[in-house]
Amino acid sequence: MVTRGFVGRRQPPETGARLPPGQYLTQDFPILQIGPNPAVDLATWRFTLREGARPITSWTWAEFEALPRTAWHGDIHCVTKWSKFDTDWEGVSIDDLLAAAGIAAPTGYLLAESYDDYSTNVPVADLLGGRAMVATRYRGEPIHPDHGGPARLFVPHLYFWKSAKWVKGLRFTQEDTAGYWELRGYHMYGDPWREQRYIGD
Amino acid sequence: MTEPVVFRWHPAVVTAVEALTPWVKSVRLACDLAKSYRAGQHVDVRLTAEDGYRAQRSYSVASVPDGSGTFELMVEGLPDGEVSGWFSEVAAVGDTVELRGPIGGSFSWDGPDGGPLLLAAGGSGVVPLLAMLRRRAQAYPEIPAALIYSARTRAEAIALAELEARDRAEPGFSLHLTTTREDRARRVDADLVAAAMARLGPPGRVFICGSNRFVGTASDLIVAAGVAPGLIRTERFGA
Repeated sequence: MVTRGFVGRRQPPETGARLPPGQYLTQDFPILQIGPNPAVDLATWRFTLREGARPITSWTWAEFEALPRTAWHGDIHCVTKWSKFDTDWEGVSIDDLLAAAGIAAPTGYLLAESYDDYSTNVPVADLLGGRAMVATRYRGEPIHPDHGGPARLFVPHLYFWKSAKWVKGLRFTQEDTAGYWELRGYHMYGDPWREQRYIGD
Repeated sequence: MTEPVVFRWHPAVVTAVEALTPWVKSVRLACDLAKSYRAGQHVDVRLTAEDGYRAQRSYSVASVPDGSGTFELMVEGLPDGEVSGWFSEVAAVGDTVELRGPIGGSFSWDGPDGGPLLLAAGGSGVVPLLAMLRRRAQAYPEIPAALIYSARTRAEAIALAELEARDRAEPGFSLHLTTTREDRARRVDADLVAAAMARLGPPGRVFICGSNRFVGTASDLIVAAGVAPGLIRTERFGA
């Protein structure tokens, strides 16, 4: 359906090839969340792995900071249509986290859970093989609370709502269980290259 | 929420275009999606060029369902805005675009959610909150409400005439306007929040919408005024 008089602002080819369908490039770093930033105190911060309700292991901030670290450079894509190129993140890969816990993933799915009671579901396979981390640094600095600090899940190959801010743990689930936005119509998987914004896309 | 929501594109026809401020236009769109939606929700708009190139953006809905089968959007013409530029310079009655939604269950309100309702808006962030006030006036006038509204100037304050008329006519609603680029310029501050809360009483629901900076400041002030963070819902735009 053609819109009369709409021409559009085409991206240069080198930009266009890096933009998933329906996205536009921003130089800003927009902020999206459901409520105010939660107050997260590093003195009491913990990151916990759970299988269902059962805790498997947890780390204090000092213990978490001592885990092996991974750096990542690349592009991020938000379901609200912006993409940001050449971002730099650092944190603990999920592979290293499981190794430190001395376990293999007990199920095929998990929910990332946050200090503001946000949650989001991700298949475990999407978090392994260096494809995801719990990030604690952005451009070499601690992550600002506006962007999910002190720690956020970071899964750059999925829309950014999957990269839960203020994350406090990962809960392994037997089935793919909808999180906060997924219960409200957002796609269960969220691949920007297949434009999986909402259920049915 | 047992049934998954499915969003598909639907055609929508422009039925009215009106300038609200020097930068903001009201655009009314007839669409079969407009039968039922909640105040505060947004829709995605998709435009398609002759060669198939497409662009889409999200816009808050200013209207509430009223039997007309239309959505009212209030679109700010941003410099270089790919979609907003089309709305501000091209859109005319009879044009067709595509919509999907309404989207956003978290930042929305209806009477059964209760009150009192404390609303805080920066600039064009007032649009979804205007929808909540319209819904309140339409069906739940007994629920107290207050709007803290920070605009650059009175001329740039969206729907100011409507809001001031509601402030005069509706018992239980108060408008707390501040302008940041005029004489006696003032940003949202603790005194303004205190004045709104003194009129309203302890809020049961809080919605804050505007730029990152506005939402951050207003959230902090409202939490500092003693409101539980769990009552607050925010929506931010821009950088």
